[in-house]
Amino acid sequence: MEIDPFIFRLSIFILSIFIGYYVVWSVTPSLHTPLMSVTNAISSVIIVGAIIAGLAGNFDNSFTISNILGLLAISLAAVNIFGGFLVTQRMLQMYKKKKKDK
Amino acid sequence: MSANLSAIFYLISGVLFILALRGLSSPETSRQGNFFGILGMTIAITVTFLSIGNLSSGLIYVLIFLLIGGLIGSFIAYKIPMTAMPELVAGFHSLVGLSAVLVAVSAFLNPEAFNLGSPGSIKLASLIEMSIGAAVGAITFSGSIIAFLKLQGIMSGSPITFRGQHLFNALLLISIVVLTYLLCSTQSSDFFWMMLVVSFLIGFLLIIPIGGADMPVVISMLNSYSGWAAAGIGFTLENSALIITGALVGSSGAILSYIMCKGMNRSFFNVILGGFGASEQSSSSGDKEHRPVKSGNAEDAAFLMKNASSVIIVPGYGMAVAQAQHALREMVDTLKKNDIKVTYAIHPVAGRMPGHMNVLLAEANVPYDEVFELEEINNDFANADVAFVIGANDVTNPAAKNDPQSPIYGMPVLDVEKCKSVLFVKRSLSAGYAGIDNDLFYKENTLMLFADAKKMTEEITKNL
Repeated sequence: MEIDPFIFRLSIFILSIFIGYYVVWSVTPSLHTPLMSVTNAISSVIIVGAIIAGLAGNFDNSFTISNILGLLAISLAAVNIFGGFLVTQRMLQMYKKKKKDK
Repeated sequence: MSANLSAIFYLISGVLFILALRGLSSPETSRQGNFFGILGMTIAITVTFLSIGNLSSGLIYVLIFLLIGGLIGSFIAYKIPMTAMPELVAGFHSLVGLSAVLVAVSAFLNPEAFNLGSPGSIKLASLIEMSIGAAVGAITFSGSIIAFLKLQGIMSGSPITFRGQHLFNALLLISIVVLTYLLCSTQSSDFFWMMLVVSFLIGFLLIIPIGGADMPVVISMLNSYSGWAAAGIGFTLENSALIITGALVGSSGAILSYIMCKGMNRSFFNVILGGFGASEQSSSSGDKEHRPVKSGNAEDAAFLMKNASSVIIVPGYGMAVAQAQHALREMVDTLKKNDIKVTYAIHPVAGRMPGHMNVLLAEANVPYDEVFELEEINNDFANADVAFVIGANDVTNPAAKNDPQSPIYGMPVLDVEKCKSVLFVKRSLSAGYAGIDNDLFYKENTLMLFADAKKMTEEITKNL
């Protein structure tokens, strides 16, 4: 009997929750704000779905609603990806500067 | 690119995201972690382009939209002041939520593109996954918008409650489940749209009854939701990078919510059901009597600190509002020149989001090894000469330890009262957000400094 691929995805999901649990507990409390901004940036990997939606079909005729929604989602996710990583970088840079000062 | 190969690359980017979070375990490794995150994202996006074999003329549009978003994001990231971090994060969460909704809707309208079947006969499992992703995404979106408006001050931070609110919310939640069931059994798009509308509504209703100072919990919770929404979409798209990330972000937000709730000694449901600030205010305002308060000026404060050998600084939301972190750092520099030992004590729920105070102090170039968490520093208050409380209130209230009647009883607080003397920078004697009086104001060894935090700190520096 074959196992439904869904079960494999579910396994990945459950195990990742546990990884997340242990990894996040090890984050130092002083970096909780960067943690939020970086989780925000990585959850925008949803852009993968947006790209597929944006490129679906061939554009010979015209855009479908699905394409347009995909393109909008690409922009929104891109704001998050660039904004999230850069603002995290900016914050972490400040934590770094202190070390040199010492 | 073959499906198997791209799946392996998605797995790699998932692993890189785990390493990105792992890096945050210490400030030294954190920048490397962020780099891993960027790398993971780059891989995921590149692989997506490569796996769509037929890059039609649409590619140019995709790149344009990507560029527009990227430019806006970069611009915001460079311009945003550190004090506005909570608003920024809330705003970003709303974008994740909305893009989850958009992806779910476009998958619903054009299931062939995602290999999910054809319109009207979408695979059952995909339909459920897509509904969960869309519903959670919609809740994240509207909830984050409200959180953003409250943090930004556009909407009043005080809780908005009405009769039967909880019952109404519960009914809406049930209706989401019912609508999803109807959607799955009939494949009718009407139910999908209705479910989306109800989800937007519920996100809005969930956040309006929550007061401003509970925002650390709300933001963490929405962070968690944005993760679960991403995971839901990840199942629909059968994409392991999204599933891994969604699970990571979901559990990260959940842990932060837990830490914040524990910092307030309240259960998660107590916070979410809301209305804390409003209900407590009415009960405590009655017995407020006029008790004598010692108030002083910058000169007195400077005198006290000059004669101290160790000072502990307790920052709170008031410092963020007054943007006093740089002035504070200058004051501390002057103190250090006089050989006074200065440390910072940070309560887990100080400010409007987890770690809010740490970032502000970091911005003002305060070395992170001078900044301590509650458990690390609480015993030091007994040996310190001066506690300088700037913009914090409830987190120092001794009532949490000795008044079982107090609404904040049991909440871990900083033992500020054990210091030889306490300096309280505050604009007025008004109660904190919990609406309770702080006994500390009336203590023999407390000196109240009624002024704007930034101005007062600058004046003290002049007087040192």
